[in-house]
Parts: sequence; structure tokens; C-alpha cells
Amino acid sequence: MGRFDAVVIGCSVGGLKALQAVLDPLPEDFPLPILVAAHSAPDSGGILPGVLGAHCRLAVAEAKEKKETRPGHVYLAPPNYHLLVENNRTLSLSVDPRVKYSRPSIDVLFLSAAAAFGTRLIGILLTGANSDGAVGLKEIRDEGGVCIVQDPLTAKAKTMPQSALDIGVADHVVALEDIPDVLESFVEKGNG
Amino acid sequence: MREAEIHDIEVQVFLEALRLRHGYDFTHYARASIKRRLEGLVKDMGHQNLSEIIPLLLREHDMLPKVLGSMSVPVTEMFRDPQIFKALREKVLPMLSTYPRVNIWQAGCATGEEVYSLAILLKEEGLYDKTSIYATDINDSAIARAEEGIVSQKCMEVYSRNYLAAGGKGALSDYYHARYNFVKLDETLKKNIVFAHHNVVADGVFCETHLLLCRNLLIYFSKDLQDQVLRLFYDSLVRGGFLCLGSRESIRFSSIADEFTPVDETLRIFRCCPRLEKR
Repeated sequence: MGRFDAVVIGCSVGGLKALQAVLDPLPEDFPLPILVAAHSAPDSGGILPGVLGAHCRLAVAEAKEKKETRPGHVYLAPPNYHLLVENNRTLSLSVDPRVKYSRPSIDVLFLSAAAAFGTRLIGILLTGANSDGAVGLKEIRDEGGVCIVQDPLTAKAKTMPQSALDIGVADHVVALEDIPDVLESFVEKGNG
Repeated sequence: MREAEIHDIEVQVFLEALRLRHGYDFTHYARASIKRRLEGLVKDMGHQNLSEIIPLLLREHDMLPKVLGSMSVPVTEMFRDPQIFKALREKVLPMLSTYPRVNIWQAGCATGEEVYSLAILLKEEGLYDKTSIYATDINDSAIARAEEGIVSQKCMEVYSRNYLAAGGKGALSDYYHARYNFVKLDETLKKNIVFAHHNVVADGVFCETHLLLCRNLLIYFSKDLQDQVLRLFYDSLVRGGFLCLGSRESIRFSSIADEFTPVDETLRIFRCCPRLEKR
């Protein structure tokens, strides 16, 4: 059994390209589920899974409530819904108020995932133009998980990764193109 | 023990106290969202931990409305997801117009924005006068706000856009008067709306329903509770009645799945199949 059970990713402005850069290189037998909260327009109709799935070897789909999280699958928060993880590691959705002007909110996903996965979680915060995600990342760290923050110099919008750096919650600050390798090294190390 | 695990225990004890002391059972709600809402309550009350509120929940008389208010966070807007209102207008209301009287139940109406939207739709399609709308919720302060029919002016731009996208036949401003930073929705919209306290988790069927709307409430329930509530909805619906759920909710894995046929699968509008044993 590996050291980790799940990966959570948050992003906003510039997030599509950043997500592609992180997900596309990952092998189809990537052993962890990946949960994603990406800010999007409420009426965008959930086109993101199709766009991301086109070049990615993992199974990309919109998160459905009550679904179990499975290795090698990418679950995206639906537009206008928060995505949460229950302690039994099934997915939940909510239409609770926006957090940091956002629904889905990265903090909401990260906080619930930190409670559910504890030390066995990897959190990744990518490009974005507000501070959503920093509080959630701190919680992941406090619960003993590992936090990767995209190097703001490689981010289309720096505010989001910079907010995490400002409160000192990054275990690793990594250039966008190196994130997949770092992620894989964690997974291999854990499994070795 | 991890902090998160201690927190889970607090939530469990709190929910048991709420159930035993006040008869409101949230133990079969999806836990992650409940936890968030209770954190909000703790913060609002200026406390550190949920444990500190449990004695108050047991002993203080004014705690229950506060707790229920924070546990059923009303989030709604007028003509939210306009394409659903468009489909109701085009596919469902024409069928309902064949009935001499129509009952509509909106379960979990929150502050009422959707129920007023529905009333506008019914007026424009000429069904309002023969319709009774029952708008229910467990949150009494939300119901009180719904009855007032007052909406913040700053929301109206979005609502107007939604209204037009839902196939509105005039302008949304035909249905309200603006005063200062608020708008008051037309009183006549309320004439056939009954606002009432009802808990879908504990209370039973109270009318024969031709159209039942319950959007984005089931996502907060466990699978078993979803099934129980869907069965209540099925019992309330007349043969050929319509059920409209939230855009990410499903009846597919419930025990009543076979009793319904989709009118519009993507928009989650279903029709109660004609069956011999159904009245």
C-alpha cells in the first residue's frame, strides 16, 4: 500500500492549460484518484471533462454525488456546485453559498479532503486570481498531508499560488511543467 | 487522535442532541456539508468548538431556530437554471393545463425566489388561477422571508437575464416595484401560494400533487434518506404527475426509478408513469 490515497487540485484563471500540463503526462495506471475544483462560469454547462479528457490517459468525468473515488480517475466539480469528500471517501455536492466568491470553491474541496484522507493526501494549488485554496492547503498540511504549489513565476495568474506561499503552507514550490514528475515521484516513493 | 476525528465526534454528539432534544434528525444528511454548516454556526456564535454549543442546544429555548437556520442554508435565485423553467413552460405546463385544478408542491423552497418564478410562469401561461402552490421548508425564518417577497435590488439584473432566458413574455420588472435597495414582488403572485413548515425527512404527504419541484435538496441526504424522500414524493404525485429535481440529482438508483419516465433527462424532469395500481 502506497503512502497516499488521493490527490486534490485547485485552480482558477489559466486553469485549463495548467490542468492539461499536470494531467496529460500522467500514466493510465496512475494509482490515485484525482479530485479537481476549477473555478468556472456557473452556466458553462460542464464542458471541462470533455476538453481535459481529450488528451489525458486518465478517465476524466464530472463528479457525481455518492460516487466512490477510484484510482486513475479524475473527478471535476460541476459548475455552480461545491465538491466535497465524505469520510467514507465518496463524493458529495452542495449548493451552499459561494466561498471566496467561488462555487465550486477550492477551500471547500481541500478542507473536506483533509478531514477524509488525513496524512494520505496530496494537495496541489495552481494558477488563479484570488486566494481560494490557501486555507484549504493549510488544513491539508495541518492534517499531515503534502502540499505542492505551482511556482507563481510559471502561473498565468499569480495571486492564488502566491497566497499559499504567503501563509507558508507549501512543502514544494514547483514549476508547472515539473509538477507531473514530482507527483509521480511521490507516488513511486510511497509504493517502493 | 487527529483533530479532524475529534471534530467528527463533536458533530455526531451534536446531531444526536438535536435529534433527542428537538426531534430534528440530521444524522442521515451527507456529513461533509453538515460539518461546514456547523462550523459556520460555531463561528457566528463566537465559540471555538461545537462542543461548547451542545449544552445551549439542550437547555436554551431560543437555540433551535438559530441552529435550524444555520443547518438549512437558503441559497436560491429567481429563474435559477433558466432552461429548466423554459422546459417547464414548454413541456410541463401544457400538460397540466388539461387538469381542472392543479396542485404544485415546492419542497425546500428556502427564501422563495423559485416559487415566485413559478408563479410568474403560471400567470404567463394562463394557469395561475386554477393552481395552488405549496411552498414548504424546515427553516421558518426562510419561510418568513419568502412570504415577504422582498428581494435585493442588486440581484435583479441577473434575475432579469434568467427570466428572459426562461422564455419570459414581458419584462421581469412587470412583476415588482423597486424601493430603495430592495424590490417588492407583486402581491398578486402570492395569492395562490401557501407557505408552510414541512420537513420532508419526518413529515408525510399533505396533498395530491401534479408537479413537485425539489431542487438541490436531495444532494444533502444519504442514499437511504434520498430513497425515503423520493418515495414520499412518489406517494404525493398523481398518476401522470411531474417531478423536477436539481441538475445533478438522480432517481436512477432509487427504489422508485421504474415508476418514472424522463420528460427531459438532462434537466431532471420526470413523469410518474401511468400504472394500474397507482390512483
